Amino acid sequence: MIGFFAKRLAYLVFTMLVVSFIIYTISEFTPGDVARKILGPFATKNQVELLTEEMGLNRPVFIRYFEWVGQTLSGDLGYSTRYKTEVNNIIWGRLYNTMILASIAFAIIVPASILFGIVAGMAEASKLDRTISVASIVTTSVPEFASGVFLSWIFVIWLGILPGTSTLDTGAGWSIASQLVLPVAVMVLYDLGYVIRMVRASMVEVMMRPYIRTAVLKGLRFREVILKHAVRNAMIAPFTVILLQINYLVTGVVVVEAVFAYPGFGRMMLEGALSQDIAIIEAGALFAVLIAVVTQIVGDFGYMLLNPRIRFS
Amino acid sequence: MTGSTKRPVLELVNARISYFTRAGEINVVPDISFTLHEGEALGLVGESGCGKSTVAFAVMNYLGGSGRLTGGRILFEGRDMQKMSAAELRAVRGNKMSMVYQDPMSSLNPVMTVGRQLMEVPIIHEGASEAAARERAIAILKEVNLPDPESVFERYPHQLSGGQQQRVVIAMALMSEPSLLVMDEPTTGLDVTVEAAVLDLVVRLRETRNSAIVFISHNLGTVVRICDRIGVMYAGELVEEGPIGKVFRDPRHPYTRGLLDCIPVLGSDKRSAPLVPIPGQVPPAMARPRGCVFAPRCPHVVPERCSVGDIPTSPAGGDAEHLVQCVREPELPDYRRPQASGPIEAAIEASEPMLSIVHLDKVYRQAGGLFDSAGGYDVRALSDVNLEAQRGTTLAIVGESGCGKSTLAKVLTGLEKATAGKVSLGGVEIGDTAVENRSRAVKRQLQMVFQNPDSTLNPSHSIGYAIARTLQRLKRLAGGLANREARGLMETVKLPADFVARKPRQLSGGQKQRVAIARALAGGPELMVADEPVSALDVSVQAAIINLLIEIQRQRGATLVFISHDLSVVRYLADRVAVMYLGKIVEAGTVEQVFAPPYHPYTEALLSAVPIPDPDVKQKRIILEGNIPSVTNVPPGCPFATRCPRKVGPICDTTPPPELRTPGGHRIVCHIPLEELTVVDPVVKRAS
Repeated sequence: MIGFFAKRLAYLVFTMLVVSFIIYTISEFTPGDVARKILGPFATKNQVELLTEEMGLNRPVFIRYFEWVGQTLSGDLGYSTRYKTEVNNIIWGRLYNTMILASIAFAIIVPASILFGIVAGMAEASKLDRTISVASIVTTSVPEFASGVFLSWIFVIWLGILPGTSTLDTGAGWSIASQLVLPVAVMVLYDLGYVIRMVRASMVEVMMRPYIRTAVLKGLRFREVILKHAVRNAMIAPFTVILLQINYLVTGVVVVEAVFAYPGFGRMMLEGALSQDIAIIEAGALFAVLIAVVTQIVGDFGYMLLNPRIRFS
Repeated sequence: MTGSTKRPVLELVNARISYFTRAGEINVVPDISFTLHEGEALGLVGESGCGKSTVAFAVMNYLGGSGRLTGGRILFEGRDMQKMSAAELRAVRGNKMSMVYQDPMSSLNPVMTVGRQLMEVPIIHEGASEAAARERAIAILKEVNLPDPESVFERYPHQLSGGQQQRVVIAMALMSEPSLLVMDEPTTGLDVTVEAAVLDLVVRLRETRNSAIVFISHNLGTVVRICDRIGVMYAGELVEEGPIGKVFRDPRHPYTRGLLDCIPVLGSDKRSAPLVPIPGQVPPAMARPRGCVFAPRCPHVVPERCSVGDIPTSPAGGDAEHLVQCVREPELPDYRRPQASGPIEAAIEASEPMLSIVHLDKVYRQAGGLFDSAGGYDVRALSDVNLEAQRGTTLAIVGESGCGKSTLAKVLTGLEKATAGKVSLGGVEIGDTAVENRSRAVKRQLQMVFQNPDSTLNPSHSIGYAIARTLQRLKRLAGGLANREARGLMETVKLPADFVARKPRQLSGGQKQRVAIARALAGGPELMVADEPVSALDVSVQAAIINLLIEIQRQRGATLVFISHDLSVVRYLADRVAVMYLGKIVEAGTVEQVFAPPYHPYTEALLSAVPIPDPDVKQKRIILEGNIPSVTNVPPGCPFATRCPRKVGPICDTTPPPELRTPGGHRIVCHIPLEELTVVDPVVKRAS
């Protein structure tokens, strides 16, 4: 068990090193040199050369990469040219905002998808299954910007009971909670259907396994067959998929944040990218990868706990 | 029916079972009746698709969403199962009637410990406390002979071997002392020694408990070991039913006779007693013929009597215990097992060797992982294998799963390369050459037939294309010529010529295997390696394929390496036999030598485990304890030492045994002196 964990941690470090190098080189070698990006189009050639010299940008990329790694590890994420401040001053707040959004959405998606997925999958082709399946296909196939606009039209324009933007500023008279409703709803609608379908598919397969027949012919009630024998088996396959939703919820919500003007991580990345703010892009990408790798490890670990065939092999 | 005063446990009265699909009702079992009394065991036999399992699940009242009892009644202890409420049904299932399934691994919940799964039974049916249930579970694990029941209790199903898993399933079924036990192919898929041990357990449990048993099997031999009565099913109908002894000594239905004629009985061989396959196939449930269902395949058919109206079930020769569904039953001649008609052919005399294997080793390297290059270990799959096969003969390789038979086949065919040693085919060294590097001449000379024809034929290619393509590759024949020769090959394997355009899914299992054989014949091979070519087939199809192999060998003089776990088939087909255990040859010789004393103790145990479909055969019982050790952990001395019932002492564990040789060329690798091995009785003896 400890060996497994140590190995996974080693993979994490290795992945982070490889990915960070790729991120660094890509963002350093995008068209236009760094000094020019910082100084803007109206700076003279001389100014650009001076800054290049000053920042050490004319030295080999490997040396600069390791310097950057050293800085990052010591907590210095660089200076954002877009926000005109240290990246540290901006990224944590943005991450925090996104985390709020993501954790509320996740807290809804997980129990709801498991419940609906299992209820649908335990009686394949029943009316309930058909209803849930169709509903989940519909909600998943509507893109976020469409459902965002659609929900805004109902609740903001027509009913007028929710704010149209979620800037987390209570000055306009809308509470923080009310500002969170629509972005969370859009994320849940978009993601829930997909996860329900994964859980349902797994449940349908489990229900056809001979051990379910064994449980029924043992004289167990249907409820016990589902709860004691089916659910845990049905959770093994979708578990990793469910955890992967964290990636989407934290780092993939650019559209939702843009639609609702939400001051989160996704919008920060978008703004950073549009203004070629290298420090923001590098730090943001690093966090995104870190979240992906960590959820992957948690996923593997949980998978192992759920599945004794892996645990004792 | 049996005249017994015992209470009937299960009665099927004109039961009619159908499945409902989009195509409408499919009547799988038109009309079946039988009665089972307390403590009785009835075996239901028949080929696949004859409705055996359907009857089993109908008895449990568990036919799934699409199946239904559409007529008649199934009475359990006098109560109509159809009229029970859900709660009543639950109170009966797992308690008064329980079931043992075909595939124990998938019948146990993989994420629950064995103990938990057992404890459920007393908890739900008797409201037992956790502690009491635990005690009961451990006690029953002990009763089914599981070593160290406390540790088995804590384990998950995948941590047990197949035989242990089946013992757990049996334990679970017996926990509540059921009055009826339904066993659906409980030993199919288990190795023969494991099967013997499980059957032995069932026999022993029958003595101490009073459960009635419905025992479903395609293997007549296992039924003989367990049951008092046997019911032969064909296309959903019970065509013959009666006490084991009567049915086997005097089978009255032509289908029963056909079944007996197409299974080799340990001791018969191709020279003395031919196998007679039943022509044709089981009709699908939608196209059941009028009158007798077996009539289209029956050698005794008289159409104007057999194919009109319903065939009544009547006592054979006035014996109320022995029921037969055949109008011609009183006129049928007495049953005799088939005998060779012409003069008995002599065994083929030793000619030049076609295949010779010398000191062959195959070691797989198990890697440790990306960060653990030193953590790997070696797996010794074959170790110092020495074998020879003469031109035109059949060399059989037998052994239980994991003994290295298939690895040997892979090395021969070049799917794997030998680690050390020599393999020569007609004088050409092939052991060190992977199949892609072999010359076309070598590829033509050596072809393979696989176990499962379903997965070896490309489903999107027609039969004609599959064979013609091989001809183009191996013989460099042009399209038209290849097509013509493909038809010739199909004729050789007795497939109708109009099958060329068919796709594999339009063929039955036996027909597919014929295509696979035709394809192997395409290059005109000198040596064919057949890895379990008949073990996935029904007995009548199996007999036909075996006959085909014999005929092809006779016509073409090809050498056959026949890999099998079925000793009856090997005894029937082979000229020479090698017995493998954990990658080593423990015994080798002619069939007559290997199947008679002196035996290697492992061969002796294997022979004693073979289920023989003949109640008059006396067979020694040697039950092997324990499992085959893992190939990663081969004992340093004799590989069989950990399970050997005739172990001489510590020398077996520490020193590899010497090879003993008789003047006749019979080789046995054992520490026991040859004289001592020679004096044992034969394992199989015919009573008469």
